[in-house]
Amino acid sequence: MIEILTVGALTTVQDLGRLGALRWGVGTAGAMDPMALAAGNLLLGNERGSAAIEVQVYPFRVRFTHDGAFAVTGADCAATLDGLPVLPWSAHRVRAGQELAFSVPQAGGRWRASRAYLCLPGGVDVPEVLHSRSTQLRGAFGGFEGRPLRRGDVLRSAASGAEFIASDIGLLPPALAMPLERDGCTAIRALPAAEYGRFTSASCVGFWRNEWKVTPHSDRYGFRLAGEALQRAAPMEMRSHGIVPGVVQVPPDGQPIVQMRDAQPSGGYPKFATVIEADLWRLGQAPIGSRVRFIETTWDEALAAQAELEAWLVEAERLVGLHRNSRGTA
Amino acid sequence: MMTEEPVFSLLGTSAGLFEAPGHLMTLPTQQRIWSLAKVAQAWPEVREAVPGMNNLMLSFKTPPRRVDELEQRLLQAWREVSPLELGGRLIELPVTYGGDAGPHMADVVAHTGLSVDEIVELHIAPVYPVYALGSHPGYCYLGGMDARIATPRRKVPVLSIPGGAVSIGGSQTGVSASTGPSGWNTIGSSPMEFFHPDRDPPVLLQHGDSIRFRVERIIR
Repeated sequence: MIEILTVGALTTVQDLGRLGALRWGVGTAGAMDPMALAAGNLLLGNERGSAAIEVQVYPFRVRFTHDGAFAVTGADCAATLDGLPVLPWSAHRVRAGQELAFSVPQAGGRWRASRAYLCLPGGVDVPEVLHSRSTQLRGAFGGFEGRPLRRGDVLRSAASGAEFIASDIGLLPPALAMPLERDGCTAIRALPAAEYGRFTSASCVGFWRNEWKVTPHSDRYGFRLAGEALQRAAPMEMRSHGIVPGVVQVPPDGQPIVQMRDAQPSGGYPKFATVIEADLWRLGQAPIGSRVRFIETTWDEALAAQAELEAWLVEAERLVGLHRNSRGTA
Repeated sequence: MMTEEPVFSLLGTSAGLFEAPGHLMTLPTQQRIWSLAKVAQAWPEVREAVPGMNNLMLSFKTPPRRVDELEQRLLQAWREVSPLELGGRLIELPVTYGGDAGPHMADVVAHTGLSVDEIVELHIAPVYPVYALGSHPGYCYLGGMDARIATPRRKVPVLSIPGGAVSIGGSQTGVSASTGPSGWNTIGSSPMEFFHPDRDPPVLLQHGDSIRFRVERIIR
């Protein structure tokens, strides 16, 4: 069990999302960086999609009330256990009473990211609601009591972790193992969407050529980007339709909004492009104030990118398994 | 987008969107969309076939290898489907109109030039078919509102309107299922619970069902 000592806004329990409830108007929610969540779980020997705590505002501090284990992945938040540095992207043993602290990820770090994940043995033990443990804020269900975490909350892990054998294995974060940058900016691959051709040709060139700033109005619902406005060639009337995380909507002011994990499952703004699922974690980790660029991709390249992520996770699982076996545990 | 021919487009690698042709939102087209959803839901690569307003989103279990093949299959199915009957349930919603229950009633009065009583009368007259669910858990997109009470969405969205709020946005009306932001004009309030995650199914209404509003009270 852990007790939350210090917590900022919108720290939530997430897994890989609630799939299959769109027909009821329920969006997916889920981790903004599913690679980090899955990797943290693999380090502990959990199922990939076990629930974890997603932290996006710092500092964040918890106290462990029992002996156990944990893993920290995602942003390099200079985690410490009782004041001593903790190797990121790695799993650790912990004793009852110890305090784990995350601090603000530094801009000069080895990889730029904004969200950190605290994974626990067996996953965070909250009830499954509509086949997921992710927090659904609109409607207030799932996760921990359907709400962000508060100081004083006590969360259980599904397994004790008492038998977990510490190892010194760490994973190289995907941002370093599979970097994607253009001109010093995080790059994100996207496919043109239905209304792409109904914007001016200058906007169709500019979207891919220009930098986009991640504005402070960027959160789990959507990333509002700022840059050279995208102009419609003619006014458009849209009918409400289903949308998914990654869709780049363009409201009348021309400043794009990328739908993120808590996005509502339907919308009516023109769609310029869609970030491919394989790169949505890169955008999900882009700090406020940073700049990103979009790269136009193809269907086949997008599927290849997805396969690359899957291969990385399979290899990470294999390495962690080998290491654990060499330490004499199953 | 509204076109003369049906259109299929991608929503990245996780979904695709089929849009029926036409410029007006019509019930017969929507009934064919429901039929198409039933057909596509059985396809192996489809996780969910989700009706929108005269359109259908397919979320993928696994991205199809070949998009053109899926598109052809969808267009073929669209040519073959016949409208699904509107055979669902009819739910009556008691509504308190105006006052604190409908803080934007004055804006609808101002825009339409009608009195509160006239607006309420036009609002309760039709049986509204549930075209689709979306926006937030349990929210129903309704068809059939009288064009005389159409009122543009608000320039500045309201940060939080309560669940049960009955509102008008453009030529549509709806009832919010939980507290959240909205750009629509709230004209009344209903105590109905549209969504509960522990129920099976978790929603009160599904597409093909219908709503009728009943006056509980008018605050003038």
